[in-house]
Amino acid sequence: MSGGPLLQVDGLRMHFFTKAGVVKAVDDVSFTVGRGEILGLVGESGSGKSMTGYSILGLIDPPGRIVEGRIVFDGTDLTRLDPAAWRSIRGNRIAMIFQDPMMTLNPVLRIDTQIVEAVQAHAGVSRESALARAREALVRVGIASPDERLHAYPHQFSGGMRQRVAIAIALVNGPDLIIADEPTTALDVTIQGQILFEMQKVCRESGTALLWITHDLSVIAGLADKVCVMYAGRFVESGPVADILDNPLHPYSRGLIDSVPARNERGRPLRQIPGMTPSLLSLGPGCPFRERCASATPRCAESPEVTEPSPGRRLRCFHPAR
Amino acid sequence: MLAYAIRRFGQSVFVLVLMSFLVFIGVYAIGNPIELLVNPQADEVERARAAAALGLDRPFLEQYWVFLKGAASGDLGRSFVYNEPALTLILDKLPATIELAFVAMVMAIGLGIPLGLVAGLKPDSFVGRAIMAGSILGFSLPTFWVGLVLIMVFSVQLGWLPSNGRGETMMVAGLPVSFLTADGLAHLAMPAVNLALFKLSLLIRLTRAGTREAVLQDYVKFARAKGLSQGRVIGVHVLKNILIPIVTVIGLELGSVIAFAIVTESIFAWPGSGKLLIDSINQLDRPVIVAYLLVIVTLFIVINFVVDVLYSLLDPRVRLGGAAASH
Repeated sequence: MSGGPLLQVDGLRMHFFTKAGVVKAVDDVSFTVGRGEILGLVGESGSGKSMTGYSILGLIDPPGRIVEGRIVFDGTDLTRLDPAAWRSIRGNRIAMIFQDPMMTLNPVLRIDTQIVEAVQAHAGVSRESALARAREALVRVGIASPDERLHAYPHQFSGGMRQRVAIAIALVNGPDLIIADEPTTALDVTIQGQILFEMQKVCRESGTALLWITHDLSVIAGLADKVCVMYAGRFVESGPVADILDNPLHPYSRGLIDSVPARNERGRPLRQIPGMTPSLLSLGPGCPFRERCASATPRCAESPEVTEPSPGRRLRCFHPAR
Repeated sequence: MLAYAIRRFGQSVFVLVLMSFLVFIGVYAIGNPIELLVNPQADEVERARAAAALGLDRPFLEQYWVFLKGAASGDLGRSFVYNEPALTLILDKLPATIELAFVAMVMAIGLGIPLGLVAGLKPDSFVGRAIMAGSILGFSLPTFWVGLVLIMVFSVQLGWLPSNGRGETMMVAGLPVSFLTADGLAHLAMPAVNLALFKLSLLIRLTRAGTREAVLQDYVKFARAKGLSQGRVIGVHVLKNILIPIVTVIGLELGSVIAFAIVTESIFAWPGSGKLLIDSINQLDRPVIVAYLLVIVTLFIVINFVVDVLYSLLDPRVRLGGAAASH
């Protein structure tokens, strides 16, 4: 183990080289995740937050490619690893959970098969001991009668239960980091709360770091230590969760927070951000948010540098809100 | 499962009876076999005697009733032409056809699924495009033409392979088979390739389409995120999901390849049942035609039953007997 942060993403650029042109899905994104820390990666659909997650796992398929930047995980730059070495980290030291639990489990394989294969992909253990670990993981995520459940197929589970199974699969090898790509978005609100609570508990207990990808700031508020906001593939601002939520500096973060319904503003129409996210195909230089930004000036046609307005906070804007 | 099998059996008997009736009408409508069977110079008396001997003088429905009674006790009638039990004639010829069909299907499956997977995983690569171009050829070239070209090249010009017959056979479980002797294999090669080509193309396209769809699914991405090897992701997670349509088509094609290998059998003079069917139709040999089609329908019914059982093994959401699992 090295002394630095667990994960350091540094100037990551991941582009899709399509026939219509280059889509800059992730364009200069940097953040760090400490051991046992929970980072919320926030942005709208198409902001590149999921693609950032896939990049960390090395799950980018052609025509997509990481063109620049480093992904330093526990002292190793993953982008320099060969595919086999990257695979040995995937699902082992970095695990991922996806958005729709109805789709992530293979419908034609039994739960035991799907957990055991995850264990045996990384550890040369017998089926029996892999099964014991699988059972233990199911218990940890709060699944009753795990022995029975191991023999079931995914369609015999509810959505929330399936997500628990997916989390159990992510946890089974004791990863250092879990990348959670909106794992509660597709669930009922009550189940959402349970899963959030469960995830938080399990991660705190085992010291597992979390990279929680979401568009839902209200989820982040109660969960994350730090927040990193993305817009149109680019890093916008980051900092401790309380600072960002109470005092957003970037006009986009402010807009996001204002569009969340708050209890004390009953009856007032929600504020929304005017306009739409730009197409990543035609995106030129300069701040990508300037078309929709009330504070934009001609200067915003240039790309703002990342600044550090206060310790622990980083920002990419010429006109921070005050 | 037992109730399901019994219900299927009942449906099958109904299909068989209905089918035999339709074939009876069909053959009755084509013409009178007496015209073909009796010497044209024969007088009315002799014709009448021949018709009476074959039971052709009776009304249509009565003829059918006689057939049904015989069929219920396993007697499908005697051939007008060979004066042998129709079923015996068919069962003599069928093993050669089944052997040819199986070898062709094994070739089509053994090549078609792997090639389809490659084409589906790398649709834009040179190899993927080449496979698809090849499958279009296999799809669109007529079987008889390919058969003739094969004979032209490998028998006439190169002289490598024999152009007709079964070659040396070996007895296995009381049935002669060709694929265990070198000579038999040489005879089998061209007709089997000829027959396999279309099925191969079909399986390539089907597998490719399924693969392209499956690799986009979240469960494939999740399987990869677990750190599984590419081989396991493709061989287990993708393959098991796309196997259902493939098994369906394999089942149907196996049936049709046995039933209708006629063109290939004619070209390569393969002594199978396809040739027998054509001859029987030409001579209006009704018992053989009816018995042949009954055997084929039975074969289809059995294959479809096996396919349905395979479904329930492949996909846990499928339960036989219609008791749908809750979602």
